Amino acid sequence: MFARLPDDAATDVAITIDGEPFAARAGDTVAAALLAAGRRVFRAAPATGAPRGPYCLMGVCFECMVTVDGRPDQQACMLAVAPGMRIETGRGVRAVGADAGTPP
Amino acid sequence: MTTLDVAIVGAGPAGLAAATLCAERGLSTSLYDEHGGPGGQIYRGITTASRARAEFLGEDYWRGATLVPPFERSGARYVPGATVWALARRADGTFGVSQSAGPPTARYATTVEARAVILATGAQERPFPIPGWTLPGVLAAGGAQLLLKTSSLVPRGRVVLAGSGPLLWLLAAQYLRAGVAIAAFLDTTPRGRLAQAAPLAPGFMLSPYLAKGLDLVRFVRRRARVVEYVTALAVEGKDAAEAVRFRHGSHEETLPADLVLLHQGVVPDVQLAGAAGCALAWNDVQACFAPVVDVWGGTSVPGLYVAGDGAGIAGAEAAEARGRLTGLAVANALGRIAGTARDAGAQRHRRELAQALRGRAFLDALYRPADAFRMPHGDTVACRCEEVSAATILQLARDGCAGPNQMKAYTRCGMGPCQGRFCGLTVTELMAQAQRRRPADVGALRARFPVKPVTLGELASLPVGEDALRAVVRSPD
Amino acid sequence: MTTRAYDVAIVGGGLVGAAIAFGLRGLGAKLALLDEGDVAHRAARGNFGLIWVQGKGRPEGEYRSAQREGRPVSLPPYAAWTQRSAREWPRLAALLREETGIDVALRQHGGLHVCLSPDELAARAQRLTQWAAQAGNEAGVDVLDRAGVAARLPGLGPDVAGGTFCAQDGDCNPLRLLRALHAGVAHAGGAVLAGHAVTRIEPAPGRFVLRTAHGTVECGRVVLAAGLGTAKLAPMVGIAMPVAPNKGQVLVLERVRPFLPLPLETLRQTDDGTVLIGDAQQERGLDDTLDPAVLAAMAARAARVFPFLRDVRVVRAWAALRVMSPDGFPVYAHSSAHPGAYAAACHSGVTLAAAHALALAPAFAADAWPAAMQPFSPERFDVRAIA
Ligand SMILES: Cc1cc2nc3c(=O)[nH]c(=O)nc-3n(C[C@H](O)[C@H](O)[C@H](O)COP(=O)(O)OP(=O)(O)OC[C@H]3O[C@@H](n4cnc5c(N)ncnc54)[C@H](O)[C@@H]3O)c2cc1C
Ligand SMILES: Cc1cc2nc3c(=O)[nH]c(=O)nc-3n(C[C@H](O)[C@H](O)[C@H](O)COP(=O)(O)OP(=O)(O)OC[C@H]3O[C@@H](n4cnc5c(N)ncnc54)[C@H](O)[C@@H]3O)c2cc1C
Ligand code: FES
Repeated sequence: MFARLPDDAATDVAITIDGEPFAARAGDTVAAALLAAGRRVFRAAPATGAPRGPYCLMGVCFECMVTVDGRPDQQACMLAVAPGMRIETGRGVRAVGADAGTPP
Repeated sequence: MTTLDVAIVGAGPAGLAAATLCAERGLSTSLYDEHGGPGGQIYRGITTASRARAEFLGEDYWRGATLVPPFERSGARYVPGATVWALARRADGTFGVSQSAGPPTARYATTVEARAVILATGAQERPFPIPGWTLPGVLAAGGAQLLLKTSSLVPRGRVVLAGSGPLLWLLAAQYLRAGVAIAAFLDTTPRGRLAQAAPLAPGFMLSPYLAKGLDLVRFVRRRARVVEYVTALAVEGKDAAEAVRFRHGSHEETLPADLVLLHQGVVPDVQLAGAAGCALAWNDVQACFAPVVDVWGGTSVPGLYVAGDGAGIAGAEAAEARGRLTGLAVANALGRIAGTARDAGAQRHRRELAQALRGRAFLDALYRPADAFRMPHGDTVACRCEEVSAATILQLARDGCAGPNQMKAYTRCGMGPCQGRFCGLTVTELMAQAQRRRPADVGALRARFPVKPVTLGELASLPVGEDALRAVVRSPD
Repeated sequence: MTTRAYDVAIVGGGLVGAAIAFGLRGLGAKLALLDEGDVAHRAARGNFGLIWVQGKGRPEGEYRSAQREGRPVSLPPYAAWTQRSAREWPRLAALLREETGIDVALRQHGGLHVCLSPDELAARAQRLTQWAAQAGNEAGVDVLDRAGVAARLPGLGPDVAGGTFCAQDGDCNPLRLLRALHAGVAHAGGAVLAGHAVTRIEPAPGRFVLRTAHGTVECGRVVLAAGLGTAKLAPMVGIAMPVAPNKGQVLVLERVRPFLPLPLETLRQTDDGTVLIGDAQQERGLDDTLDPAVLAAMAARAARVFPFLRDVRVVRAWAALRVMSPDGFPVYAHSSAHPGAYAAACHSGVTLAAAHALALAPAFAADAWPAAMQPFSPERFDVRAIA
């Protein structure tokens, strides 16, 4: 999908993507990290459940929502990676209240 | 609470230039941007990218580096990571600018008071509603370019660029210079456009700008397969993009692709301006709505200004000049400089603006996207968030639906989190087509606050006055 | 543009006009439903979608400005009218589905008003008990303590003290209701004419001439149901319709999985999964701009009811204008000066949609104005002005 250009300056940032460790780079957004890790599908569309991935990467299409550190519906293209961040993809419409935390 | 002189939204070239000028003229100025660093879309990552490593971004990009130091010296307050989601004009003429900021785990909302507001929110990708454009692996080319600027990410595998406009050629050139292979460049510019566009800018035809643009196109043509006059473009795939199907001449072709980068120009981001009540007008050449502004960027709402691409697409250099012109107007309106000083100061920036606008008419005419790529049909998704098809909109329009806002009520188009940013123009033009009206008469989808989602908790964290409490509590007084 | 002629013209394509037009379809009259264009003051597009019975027509009145000004605000026939509409709603929903294929997502298994302090609860309980005891009231109301509310709703915040429950309450998707009513009129052969703002009405012998933004329309009878616009139009046919705007605001949260089994008076989950929070009464004329401070107050209250909604995103908000009569109750009128002219306005057009379509509409086609409509006459305001 995407590859890095040779880039010496940026330091690694250790995160996990769906439980798998991944070395993101300082300066990456969560979306950039996921794309660098070969992910295209970020979530299920709320209206129909169809698979979706980022489109605009500038915060206006809202197709890039993922769960970050347990917080659902975070806009991946607007959020910088941080060490230890846990990212989960593939979620659809979230549950709230008593059902929160149950898988879709 | 202290009242700012001017609040500026957006730290691209327009916002940076306006903020610098306002602060230099002694106005208390705050500049808000939802990103972590200045630069806007064109100069994204300008304070962090390394010129040594990323010379391939080109000199137009590196020009952005000259904007930041004067801004930093000007005394303007810079508030990164702040998303402005509402604007309210009070009875006394001041504005409440509501925004959210803070780390993801502890975001909170505040409302800042300002005597004047400049919106420098820039542009966004124009919708490109073709079959399959919602598949994962289909990205806006401008977005892919942002990945290049901020994360040094380039495509790997089979990548197809499709669409039209200078940004697409620029991205292709940047990739090629960085050593990335492109499977195909599908140019959707309709046949005959060059002949239509050429007479619009006789001077421009000889200018160095055009020569530079043509060099870029030639460079790409030499290094990649470029297919011209592409029609009937569609992306195919089950759960993600697998192939691109298209027609050129009478020939149909399907190319395998993992990554499809689409682009057919950018359009003004009018959400904040529209929701704040600024009059919008349809620009038929650019096929989009833009706020109605005077020569200083003043809108129909007194005290509210729009500068840069948010007031109509004109590019980064024009954005910078318009930012300074608006800054002068605000300094004058708030009593910092006399009208004569404003007008004298404006002369230089008007010249710069005129310079930057040479060739705009030519580019607009050349790259006006083909009708078929603005007005889809059949099952093609027009509204991504709510998955409303073109056929649904066309049918209701034929049945007499009053306009885009009634259409929104009927179909939910524009009700998702993107708030119509990726369907509004399509809906207007589809309705115009079905009802044989002009897009200007059909009108625009009305944007609503919050223009960017804000959590219920953030909203609840805003200070609530007595008045508001009295309006709400449904209990005996 | 040529003049078009109809037996009945309904002016106003909001919920009141559309429900009346739907009720008139198939009665043999050639119908036209005249509406403004895309952008208009149209409560039908900005409302909350409740079919709400509890408290309607109660002694203290539900309209707080009337209350503040000390006007007497009790109208028991309104309670009965509301309850009748709630009973007729399933029939309306079924007709709409049959004739248009549109499901308006009707739910009628009760609704709750939640109170956030013991004082609020005590006051509410007293008023609602009194209301339920009103003559002719057939709807019951249960006053619930915290445990009673908790048994019906998940994840309540600690401030919830209790609430009132009424089994007749419910909700629907009001946008689909509007669309279905329009579609139903069109399917039955009625003309639905957007962009036809009526600017003048000229009564002529045996007919009315309507001047519109899009040409002239003639009709044998005219029903004015133009919401706030009726105030200006009704005097042209000799009817006083003193309605004024009252601003409400609504917040919409992103889709979440279904969690709320029944609507609250100020918070409900739609069949699409979004959550609506609606409230606020402000008299600000035709100003329909949003007030972030009011939204914040609404958000804070909602978050006290369901704290788990705090991190759910608000995707949209709007303000819309209610169509308010001086006492907050509906106004239905016929013209004595110009027989064949009628007017209707109310501030609960969703709740009353069934009554309007199935009970009120026939009155506009009948020869005599039913006595049962007399309590809703605008004369009640004149009488009071004289007294
Ligand atoms: C993705 C993309 C890539 C582009 N790349 C190029 C290019 O390489 N070369 C070129 O010539 N032109 C490019 N353009 C065109 C570009 O828009 C203009 O040339 C130039 O950036 C316009 O400057 P501006 O100051 O008007 O707005 P922008 O540079 O777009 O700046 C607007 C800023 O406002 C911020 N903002 C918007 N809304 C809010 C809000 N509600 N709250 C807080 N902040 C907000 C944005 O995050 C952004 O930082 C690109 C456009 C896009 C959309
Ligand atoms: C925030 C809010 C929440 C609400 N919640 C509920 C609720 O939960 N339950 C409930 O039962 N009710 C609710 N309502 C009230 C309900 O929406 C209204 O009672 C109902 O919409 C009124 O219908 P109407 O047709 O009289 O007016 P509107 O719906 O306002 O429609 C008036 C129509 O007339 C048209 N018009 C105006 N002037 C002219 C003219 N000169 N010529 C032609 N056409 C004209 C307008 O364009 C418009 O289409 C709510 C209202 C608001 C504002
Ligand atoms: S990719 Fe469009 S909002 Fe993130």
